[in-house]
Amino acid sequence: MNAKTSKRLNMKDRYRIMTRDLAWEPSYQRHEDIFPQEDFEGIKIVDWSQWEDPFRLTMDNYWKFQAEKERKLYAIFDAVSQNNGQMNVSDPRYLNAVKLFITAVTPLEYNAYKGYARVGRQFGGVGARIACQMQSIDELRHTQTQIHAMSHYNKYFGGMHDFPHMFDRVWYLSVPKSFFEDASTAGPFEFLTAISFSFEYVLTNLLFLPFMSGAAYNGDMNTVTFGFSAQSDEARHMTLGLEIIKFILEQHEDNVPIVQKWLDKWLWRGYRLLSIVGMMMDYMLPNKVMSWAEAWEMYYEEAGGALFKELERYGIRPPKFAEQTVIGKNHVSHQTWFVFYQYGHATAFNTWIPTAKEMDWLSEKYPDTFDRLYRPRFELLAEKAAKGERFYNNTLPQLCQICQIPLAITEPDDDTMISHRDTVHEGERYHFCSDGCRDIFHNEPEKYVQAWLPVHQILQGNCGGADMEKVIGDYYRIEMGEDNLEFEGSPEQRRWKQWKQAV
Amino acid sequence: MSRVFIALQDNENSRFIVEAISEDNPNAEVKHSPAMIRIEADDRLTIYRETVEEKLGRDWDTQELQIDMISIGGNVDEDDDSFTLYWNS
Ligand SMILES: [Fe+2]
Ligand SMILES: [Fe+2]
Ligand SMILES: [Zn+2]
Repeated sequence: MNAKTSKRLNMKDRYRIMTRDLAWEPSYQRHEDIFPQEDFEGIKIVDWSQWEDPFRLTMDNYWKFQAEKERKLYAIFDAVSQNNGQMNVSDPRYLNAVKLFITAVTPLEYNAYKGYARVGRQFGGVGARIACQMQSIDELRHTQTQIHAMSHYNKYFGGMHDFPHMFDRVWYLSVPKSFFEDASTAGPFEFLTAISFSFEYVLTNLLFLPFMSGAAYNGDMNTVTFGFSAQSDEARHMTLGLEIIKFILEQHEDNVPIVQKWLDKWLWRGYRLLSIVGMMMDYMLPNKVMSWAEAWEMYYEEAGGALFKELERYGIRPPKFAEQTVIGKNHVSHQTWFVFYQYGHATAFNTWIPTAKEMDWLSEKYPDTFDRLYRPRFELLAEKAAKGERFYNNTLPQLCQICQIPLAITEPDDDTMISHRDTVHEGERYHFCSDGCRDIFHNEPEKYVQAWLPVHQILQGNCGGADMEKVIGDYYRIEMGEDNLEFEGSPEQRRWKQWKQAV
Repeated sequence: MSRVFIALQDNENSRFIVEAISEDNPNAEVKHSPAMIRIEADDRLTIYRETVEEKLGRDWDTQELQIDMISIGGNVDEDDDSFTLYWNS
C-alpha cells in the first residue's frame, strides 16, 4: 500500500462512519411503529447490521461520481443537437424503437424512483435505507436524462409527444404499467425481490446491453449514451439486488419459501414483459447486433444460470417454468411483432414487414422456427400489402389477466397452437396466456381480479367512445395517419426522404 | 464452475482498464461489441488499482470504476486496492 492511500480513511471506515454511524436507535418510539411495513409479508429480519454494501458508496462520493457522469452525458446531448444528430441514424424505421422506449420504459424509471423512495423509508437497517435512497435518485436521473435525450428526436419525429398520457392509457403500454404497479403495490421486501433482483439483476442486462449496443450500431448517439450512463448506476443496483436476496435468505430459514414464490412470479412476469424488447431487437433495429435468442442465452441462461447455482446453497431452485423460456426464445419476438403489425392502427409508431435481407438474417438466427412458421406469414402479408390490402385486425384481442399481453403466444409443446388457460374465481371466468400467469393469479386472486384490462375497458365504454377512431385519437391521443399505421408511404418516411435530398 | 463478467463502455479510460485486467487475469476473455467491451472469466476476476494506475499514468480510485462500468455478473468485493467479482459455487 502506498502513502497516499494510508493518509486518509480507508473505504471501509469511511463507509462505516458516513452511513451506519449516522443512524441512531430510537428511544421513545417503538421500532414497529417507525417501520410498520417491515413484517407483514412474513419476512423475518434478525440482524440488520449484517447488511453489506460491497461498493461502500458514501453520499459525498455518490454526488461526485454522478456529477461526472452527467457532465459527460450532457456534452454528448449538446453535440448531437448541434450537429443534426437525428440525420445520422441508420434508417428512419429505427426511430420507432425510440418511440417505444420513451412511452414504455421511461415511465418505468419514474415508477422506480417513487418505488425506492417509498420502500427505502420502510427498512429498519440504515445500510438498506441509504442504498434505496441512492437508487431512488438514480432512477429519477434516468427518467430526466431519457426525456432530455429523446426531446431532440421529438422535434423531428412523431409518437413521442404525449408519453406519460399514453403510458396511462394505451393498450400495449398497460403491459409495462401493470407490471410495475404490481410490484409497487406489494410489500417492501417483495418490491426489492421483484425490481432489484428479478428485474435489475437478472433481466435489465437484456434491455440495456444488447439494445443499447444496437442503438450505437444504428447511429443513435443520444440513446446509447443515456443508456450506458444509466447502466453505470445499474451495476450498483444489480449488486443491491443480489445482496438483498442473500441477506433475506441468510436472516431466517422461514424466508426461503416466501422468496422462492416471489422469484417464480417475478421472473415469469419479467420474461413476458421482455417480449417487447425481443421484438425491438429482432425487428426494429435495422443494423443488428445480436438476436433476441442469443441475448437470452448470454444474459439469462448463462448469467442467470450462474446466479441460481450460487443461490442453491440457500435452498433456492431455478424459477418455475424457466424451461418454457428456453423454448419461447425462438418464437416470442416474431409473435410479438406480428401482434403489433396487425394492430398497427392502434400504435404510436409505424410497423412494417421486414425486408428480404432482414428475413434472411432472421432465418439464419432462428433456423428451427423462422422459415417454418414466420416467413410464410410475413411473405403473405407483404403480398397483400403490395396489392393495396395492408392487413389491419379490427377485432379486439383477448388479454391475459396477469401480463395483459394479447393471447398470441403459442404452447410450449405445440408451436401451432395459441396458449390459453382459464380459471373460475367467485363465479367469474378469468383468462391467461400461460401456466405461469395462471399460477400468479391463483396465489393472489383478490389482487388480480382488479386488473385494468384495456380491451375490457374499451368494451365497457370507459375509453372515449364506441369506435376505434375515438379510442385511438381522443383517448390515446395517437394522431391518426401521422403517428400510426404502415411505415411504407408514411409521412415519416416521406419527410426523411425530403431531408436526405435537401442535404 | 461459473463465469463472472464485467461490461465497460468502450472509451479512453476503459482501454487501459481492460489492459490492466488482461495482464492480471491471464484467463480473462475480452469480447468487443459496438460501444461496449465485455470481459469474462471462470469463477473470479480482479482489477488491481496499482496496475490500472500504471496503465493510465495517473492516480485511480477503485470506485472510479463506477463511471465506466455498465454491468457485472458475480458477487462484488471491493476495497481501496482492488475490485473483485467472484462466484462461490
Ligand atoms: Fe433506471
Ligand atoms: Fe435501476
Ligand atoms: Zn400472461
